[in-house]
Amino acid sequence: MLRLPPFRYLAPRTLSEATRLLAEEGPQAMPVAGGTDLLPNMKRRQFTPAALIGLRHLRELKGISGSPETGVRIGAGETLTSISNHPLLRAHYPALALAAGAVSTPQLRNAGTLGGNILLDTRCNYYNQTEFWRHSIGYCMKRDGSICLVAPGSPRCWAISSADTVPALVALQARVRLVSVRGEREMPIQELFRDDGMRPYTREADEILTEIWLPPAPGWRSTYLKLRRRGSFDFPILGVAVALRCEQDGQIGDARIALGAVASHPVEAEEAMARLRGQRPTPALLQEVATLAAKRARPLDNADLTITYRKQLTPVYVRRALDLLIGAEEESETE
Amino acid sequence: MDEWRRLQPRKAGPYRVVGKPLPKVDAYSTVTGRAIYADDIMLPRMLYGGLLRSPHPHARIVSINTRKARELPGVLAVITGQDLPRKYGILPSSQDETALAVDKVRYVGDPVAAVAAIDPETLEEALRLIEVEYEVLPALMSIEEALEHPEIKIHEEARQGNIHKAVSYEFGDIEAGFAAADYVREDWFYYEGNNHVPIEAHACVARWEPDPHDPVGGKLTLWSSTQTPHYVHREVSKVLGIPPSHLRVIAPHVGGGFGGKSDPFSHEICACELARRTGRPVKITCTREEVFLIHRGRHPVKMWIRTGVKRDGTITAMHFRSFLDGGAYGSYGVATTYYTGALQPVTYALPAYKFEGMRVFTNKPPCGPKRGHGTPQPRFALEVHLDKLACDLGLDPIELRKRNLVQPYSRTINGLRITSCALEECLDQVVARSGWREFHASRSAREAEVARPSSPLRRGMGLAVSTYICGAGKPIYWNDMPHSAVQIRLDRGGGVTVYCGATDIGQGSTSVLAYIVAEELGVEPERIHLETADTTLTPVDLGSYSSRVTFMAGNAAIQAARRLKELLHTVAAERLHVPAERLESGDGSIYYIDDPQVALSFEQAVQLAEARYGALVSAGSYAPPEDIHGDFKGAGVGPSPAYSYSACVALVAVDSETGEVKVEKLWLAHDVGQAINPLLVAGQVEGSAYMGYGEALMEQQIFRKGRHKIPSILDYKIPTTLDTPEIETILVGRPDEEGPFGAKEAGQGPLLPVIPAIANAIYNAVGVRIDEVPITPDKVLRALKAAHSEPGERPLPPPRVTPIVLREAWPARLIRWSPERLSSLGNGHHQLQKQGESTPQEAAPPSSPLLQKGGPA
Repeated sequence: MLRLPPFRYLAPRTLSEATRLLAEEGPQAMPVAGGTDLLPNMKRRQFTPAALIGLRHLRELKGISGSPETGVRIGAGETLTSISNHPLLRAHYPALALAAGAVSTPQLRNAGTLGGNILLDTRCNYYNQTEFWRHSIGYCMKRDGSICLVAPGSPRCWAISSADTVPALVALQARVRLVSVRGEREMPIQELFRDDGMRPYTREADEILTEIWLPPAPGWRSTYLKLRRRGSFDFPILGVAVALRCEQDGQIGDARIALGAVASHPVEAEEAMARLRGQRPTPALLQEVATLAAKRARPLDNADLTITYRKQLTPVYVRRALDLLIGAEEESETE
Repeated sequence: MDEWRRLQPRKAGPYRVVGKPLPKVDAYSTVTGRAIYADDIMLPRMLYGGLLRSPHPHARIVSINTRKARELPGVLAVITGQDLPRKYGILPSSQDETALAVDKVRYVGDPVAAVAAIDPETLEEALRLIEVEYEVLPALMSIEEALEHPEIKIHEEARQGNIHKAVSYEFGDIEAGFAAADYVREDWFYYEGNNHVPIEAHACVARWEPDPHDPVGGKLTLWSSTQTPHYVHREVSKVLGIPPSHLRVIAPHVGGGFGGKSDPFSHEICACELARRTGRPVKITCTREEVFLIHRGRHPVKMWIRTGVKRDGTITAMHFRSFLDGGAYGSYGVATTYYTGALQPVTYALPAYKFEGMRVFTNKPPCGPKRGHGTPQPRFALEVHLDKLACDLGLDPIELRKRNLVQPYSRTINGLRITSCALEECLDQVVARSGWREFHASRSAREAEVARPSSPLRRGMGLAVSTYICGAGKPIYWNDMPHSAVQIRLDRGGGVTVYCGATDIGQGSTSVLAYIVAEELGVEPERIHLETADTTLTPVDLGSYSSRVTFMAGNAAIQAARRLKELLHTVAAERLHVPAERLESGDGSIYYIDDPQVALSFEQAVQLAEARYGALVSAGSYAPPEDIHGDFKGAGVGPSPAYSYSACVALVAVDSETGEVKVEKLWLAHDVGQAINPLLVAGQVEGSAYMGYGEALMEQQIFRKGRHKIPSILDYKIPTTLDTPEIETILVGRPDEEGPFGAKEAGQGPLLPVIPAIANAIYNAVGVRIDEVPITPDKVLRALKAAHSEPGERPLPPPRVTPIVLREAWPARLIRWSPERLSSLGNGHHQLQKQGESTPQEAAPPSSPLLQKGGPA
């Protein structure tokens, strides 16, 4: 059994106590919520924090409230199980409920939180390995080394953004709130991410992600499709989130397409989204849009299955997500 | 005729325990976490041990400096290869391992040093402080590389380059066979190999009890998660130079093995040596990564098969070649090599058969036995090859197989004795239950439907059949002793204690012993206390491998129980004034068959017997019959006292846009003879189907720059419950004459047909062949794109198995053999006076002189 490195565990009772502790402990401390990503990584020595600040008891990070008309606030500490089961989210923000329900296994969804999934460390099968393995092959720049083993000529790290909920939240145009002793800030979720496998978040070390805001939902439909080998447990090797708003006349009013697990950050398929807006969906158009969206997928050989395969599946999954939403639209019209 | 068989030729009335779906005797403790596994064992003053492993796939050790580690406070011992130089290995012919590397490391993970420390943190730190200087050597990572570079020798001892073992056999007249064929086809196949992934990682605890008055200096006890305590006992004794009398090996509860815990391991030997040096107990628990590294998993095998057939599908000759990637050490590899060729003729009646097998060393974790040992790979090749032959000839794949099935009570071309065989019934059952004929008849209608592109899913059905051994006919080291023995002790309170070396690794062997003794003695299984898998306390059983335990330990248990039953019935007959032969045991009493009211309780009978005979202890044992194989060198792999048979139909849905394959259902018929417990048999069939499914579609034992690419159970894909197909288990067959109550094996055979059945179903669904396992979605999609490219597209070529081209002649002397040579041996079928209509109720084994080797009571 791999063992955790030694660390101190601090269990604040309030958000302000948590932010104070995080500031006092400095960059050697890390916040931990469900721990489903951090603790295995600590066992493999990707992280060796001196202290963990437990967020489990913070009431400020709990709760799902609001309505589809006004928008919904989700506490970052809500578990993935509660997100995936929530009737309001399932009915009005299905991309998020589906994505949360697609994370890992039931046991880990019971422990893992939405905030934790959003801030999931980027993944790479040269990096998510034991200390022994990484020592054996030579360390990479993301931890203990200086080069990228996937693309040795590259100056940057290509670890993959692998959180299921992230493309869903991007497609739903969510906003997030970060709190620290220095104050708080709110921003569109896209601004939380950076195209950098090593430092994939704009979150500062002393900040805690506290809330996720979803905008009003009327008129929107959304879905999330995940490519993985198995029905459970696996991280996505492709995540496709699509949100569409259709006009009365059948034209597409707005469209958001976000891809997960194709880069170090969630990727919005802007060209494809623009091509859809104001159009009437036809099979040919959807195929064209899917092909456009897939141009944004640049997989490297650092996740499951082959690069070619992951590349080939991107347009298929985008088109299937669009088909699902358009098909549902047509069905509801014929009702 | 053996006296114990004569005494109790059959059981009067229906079975009370055998054939009933009872829970396992250890079910409650297992599912509630009460069962004690090796890693649960904590002893006073226990130390934590661990191994430093090689980071290089192939390197010479220039120097090892352990000073810093030894000086670290809390470190009690550090050992290296020099401290345990004696070579060992599971097979006497492949003694090529050392507990810790001497001079050279041969794969990433090869143990180099071992440490015992007061806690896991100190252990980890000490392992880091050991300095090893390596001279890195070129690594050979495939069969082709190993053959291309004989000058880079992984083992100096190998006679020829990196060839560990090569064999060559011709049975019957192969040339005449091919000459008689109307049609000949040949194919290449590749099976990538995989790990067992037992849920419990390997672990052991060793305790040395010093005794200055003992010339040996003390006694050693090893608790280990092993399938083969007896073989571990032999090898640890040898390497440590401790006489077997001073060593005790115990297998506690074992959380799965599947063949991966059948070798003696470095961590076991090192724990023992560290315990001896420190005088304190030492525990070593492997990480999941270490389980992948110590491996002994399914061999990657490249195979070539050439078959000649008549127009009607009758096979006239078959030529089979296998190339095994053995990894860095021998392990069971010699046996595995033979197994890739041994059982083809046990499924199909081949009039001429040529087999050439070769195992090479590579710089990868050593391969060994995994469920089906060396036979799933050729089974995949053979059953897909036959499917292709059927297509070529326009024959129904069922008809083609039926023309060639072996017959019960026959001899194969390679000299193996076949007894009971319900293969045809297996085939008929899966065909009927799966709706095979209806499915294929409605094919054109389905195709018309998919012409409307509503769904990308294409369904297909595929089929395969197979054979497996019920216990290896020969032990791993040559000897004439029993393969399994059982002792039973009765106490005057009516308690029954059964002692047997058999090792329950989850398959239920302990439960099976309880059921068999309970049935024989007429008591409930819960009354029976079982002591198993302890080389000091229990008589020998060779181990839980080759599907041998129910058959062999079961027969030994019947013999031991019947000897006690005879004593009980003798005293009961006198007390009840009825003839002993009209007595039967059941429901906790011994009763007069003609008037069950005339009875004694089991306890009364035990007390009468103890008063008459003294302490009530009996023993039984079993060794397989001698004359069940040919008389050529190498004939010892393949023979078995009986063979199980299986057939499988797979229904798959292939997504033609993504290449993803969903196995919707598996129908598996298995000839188990008499199920001792049909619930446990179904569990084994379902477990096999699950494992076969994972091997067919998911598991990838792949390497990157000399390292196992994905040594974790997140990244190494085994199926989850959500992926596992629906499985319909169909038990067929009649009680086998030599099996205990007629039982045959169930633990391994049902896996075999699953993989080719799925491969054949995929072809049936989408018309592309993937001749390489696992059949991952990227391979399927690539094949589909190559087959259906639009004008202007330049798809990648379809996946294809690259043939191995040998520059020289096959590196083994050809052995020619024909079954005519057996006339002097007899046909081996002593008990051909088959019972006409044997029902399960009266299916006790008839007399069998083959069991005469049972030891004295």
